[in-house]
Amino acid sequence: MGASQTHSAYKYQDLMTKTGFSLEQIKNLHYRFRQLSENNETLSRENLENIKDLADNPIKKQIVEAFFDKRNQHQNEMGSFEEIGFEQFVMVMSHFRPPTPKMTEEEKLAMRKDKLHFLFNMHDSDNDGKITLEEYRKVVEELLSMSGDIEKDTARGIADAAMLEVASTNVPNMGPDDYYEGITFEHFEQMFKEVEMESRMHVRFLDVDTRTIHCGSSTS
Amino acid sequence: MRNFPTLYRDAVSGNNETWGSPARATQGDPHHQNSSTTHRKAFPVLSFNYDHVKTPFEISLWILLALLMKLGFHIIPRVSSIVLESCLLIVVGLLIGGIIKAIKQTAPVLDSKLFFLYLLPPIILDAGYFLPIRPFTENMGTILVFAVVGTLWNAAFIGGMMYGVCQIEGAQLGHVDLLSCLLFGAIISAVDPVAVLAVFEEIHINELLYILVFGESLLNDAVTVVLYHLFEEFSHAGIVTVGDAFLGVVCFFVVSLGGVMVGTIYGILGAFTSRFTSHTRVIEPLFVFLYSYMAYLSAEVFHLSGIMSLIACGVTMRPYVEANISHKSYTTIKYFLKMWSSVSETLIFIFLGVSTVAGPHAWNWTFVIFTVILCLVSRVLGVMGLTYIINKFRIVKLTKKDQFIVAYGGLRGAIAFSLGFLLTNNEMKNMFLTAIITVIFFTVFVQGMTIRPLVELLAVKKKEESKTSINEEIHTQFLDHLLTGIEDICGHYGHHHWKDKYDAYVKRWLIVGERSTEPQLISFYNKMEMKQAMMLVESGSAAKLPTLMSAATLQNIQQKGVPSRRAIPSISKSREEEIRKILRANLQKTRQKLYSYRRHDLVMDPFEDNVSEIRFRRQRAEMEKRMSHYLTVPANRQETPSVRKVCFEPENKVYTYDDSESPRGRAAQPSPRLPDAISLLSKSPQRPNQTSALRAKGSTELRAKAPDEQEEQDQVKLSRCFSDPGPNEEEEEDGSFLS
Repeated sequence: MGASQTHSAYKYQDLMTKTGFSLEQIKNLHYRFRQLSENNETLSRENLENIKDLADNPIKKQIVEAFFDKRNQHQNEMGSFEEIGFEQFVMVMSHFRPPTPKMTEEEKLAMRKDKLHFLFNMHDSDNDGKITLEEYRKVVEELLSMSGDIEKDTARGIADAAMLEVASTNVPNMGPDDYYEGITFEHFEQMFKEVEMESRMHVRFLDVDTRTIHCGSSTS
Repeated sequence: MRNFPTLYRDAVSGNNETWGSPARATQGDPHHQNSSTTHRKAFPVLSFNYDHVKTPFEISLWILLALLMKLGFHIIPRVSSIVLESCLLIVVGLLIGGIIKAIKQTAPVLDSKLFFLYLLPPIILDAGYFLPIRPFTENMGTILVFAVVGTLWNAAFIGGMMYGVCQIEGAQLGHVDLLSCLLFGAIISAVDPVAVLAVFEEIHINELLYILVFGESLLNDAVTVVLYHLFEEFSHAGIVTVGDAFLGVVCFFVVSLGGVMVGTIYGILGAFTSRFTSHTRVIEPLFVFLYSYMAYLSAEVFHLSGIMSLIACGVTMRPYVEANISHKSYTTIKYFLKMWSSVSETLIFIFLGVSTVAGPHAWNWTFVIFTVILCLVSRVLGVMGLTYIINKFRIVKLTKKDQFIVAYGGLRGAIAFSLGFLLTNNEMKNMFLTAIITVIFFTVFVQGMTIRPLVELLAVKKKEESKTSINEEIHTQFLDHLLTGIEDICGHYGHHHWKDKYDAYVKRWLIVGERSTEPQLISFYNKMEMKQAMMLVESGSAAKLPTLMSAATLQNIQQKGVPSRRAIPSISKSREEEIRKILRANLQKTRQKLYSYRRHDLVMDPFEDNVSEIRFRRQRAEMEKRMSHYLTVPANRQETPSVRKVCFEPENKVYTYDDSESPRGRAAQPSPRLPDAISLLSKSPQRPNQTSALRAKGSTELRAKAPDEQEEQDQVKLSRCFSDPGPNEEEEEDGSFLS
């Protein structure tokens, strides 16, 4: 037990420093990864799309796509993977960690920017650095896709209205010749300036290895 | 009958001769005796019968007086900005009490039954119905800790220390035993929702602090109820055993959870009932009020926590009822609740003042001073200690400033007074009442009035004006779905997952028809639209008409036919839908019609139709101007032909509606107006030829509308008389409308 513990600790050390997860959390995630990928080394899109609970989610496609998006790996690459390994999986998951109490202000800001970038990438599918009207429309349509017979026009109307709002708040004095190309990352950030992103956008990751709960303290 | 003439003569002449005849008459005719033995009066033209209407008359007079006071405060601007309204009301109450005492009448006292059954429920219902749910549930843990543990600590500390104080020689308090002290502590320890509401409403503090203090004041009712009954029972018995303490704990859970359960049941009943009220819209608000009141009363029957029951009922009922009822009913509910709670609050404070002057007092310096000091000390210690523990579990920590405000905002109010009033032990009751009143006065006057400058001084975050932005709504929803999805991928069910499931299942039962599947975004959008349309109506386009009219002349040349005329007979479905959206705003039709659209619904009133058309066009025109400023589609995105009319210009710039000469002043309009226009705009492509004609001269689509405006200006004015702009506070209060 001891030997494999240190071995796995060593294996995950890298991941732990990169993503900030604890050892227990990474182990849980690895277990889940293997479950999803049916014990393969890599995860494909079908694996994620087959998750039953995701079936009702209107933005399922975007979520799945986010896992395969190279931009979320923080390595300045573009494009998307066909399949991802455990490292990439954890990397994407790390965007949903809550801020720890020991974080400094800069770390919190960095985390916030990180999370906003993640969201931004989800909307900016063609990767040109801004969310255009078309992309925004797509977002709204997806959001409403599960809800019955919504007229396309309504979705468009909402997206257009939202776009206009961003434009008018960020560029208040546009002349008639100006053309608002799309929501840049700064404008996107501006939208969330009152939302505490770092705490809003988090998922509770299990600290405890639920498979092997037993009395007494575990040595880790 | 025969006796009358003779009696009349008697009365007139004062002759006693006929005294015999009534006696004879009475033998055969006792019924007439009463009417015939007295003098016959002239038919009373004006008579005075006060007893007949005494009770309702006095009640109405009191309420009227209270409201006139309230009115008076707001007319005198300087006063209301320095002094809190509740303070002023108490002072007024004191004056009235003084007057009543001076004329030696018995003053109406804040009777506990009156308070708990009639005055308190409207305030609590108002608070519960409009409770901001998201911050409440997010901070539920903190609120519960403050409410339960904090109140227990307060009660124990104050009770215990007061007992210690009572042991001091020379204070003449030796007769106060421990149980009475604990009872007193239980009464005085609870933070009062009425006082908190009254004070915090005026200082506009940020949402987190508001919900913490207010939530605490609501949820501590269960603790107060249990402690009060516990100590009251046992102060008669004299001793408390461990078994009793254990039962007390069990009782607490029963009281609180039972109250919540009762409230939830009534809430679900109310929601279910509202599903069927589509044919009897007029009584919809009554259902809300009555179910809630029944929830309160039913909980009180079993000595459960009535306040928690009422809150649970309002919270449960609200999302479903709002989806089902008409817009008018919603407005009615909102205004009635605000009205009743306002009246109640005013009456409570005035009565407090009156009772202070009237009630029997037993002033004891030591007792009172120590009570006040101990209240403050225990509150501060309690808040600090609990925050230290809570912060270990919170993600957003509570700062020292927050703690200070939470501690300082722990006001006591009329509930404490009424509970004290309910005590049956006369000997100490007066002393307790005096102390309670002193504490209430201290908290309301001193703390209430100084909290505002302190908030400024400490630069506590104020409540941000909620810009209900559609972007926020979109991204909130997006984030919710995203987090649910990530949780599903992670494989464990977090609260997003459960919330989703709950929403999916429950909504099907409690919301009528297809509105149960209506996504939140759409309902939000619709609400926003309505709000803007109403705002537009109220703000009055009459002011803007002159500018439009001046540009009319150019357009006359350009116009190819009058599309508006064409539009009325051959109106398409989507256009009709827009128009009806505006119809809703103007004539306050129900939201239901949006979904049960049938063609004949629209054309049922030809006048209506014109009016709506005008308004629709006018709004469109304005919006289109702004649209063209900000949002144009470049040439290469033609794959969406139906949305924008893409027309080419030599400069390679493409405008939907060429607007090169539009007034620049329109550039910085507040965003909430825009969404209305956009939906209209996106459906506009039916008239491409008009635009190209316009483009040639560089004049705007706007001007195409102008001739219509001109002609139908009168109708516009007329329609404004028919529409119901509502009071000016509509805009501020719409925050809650849209929450």
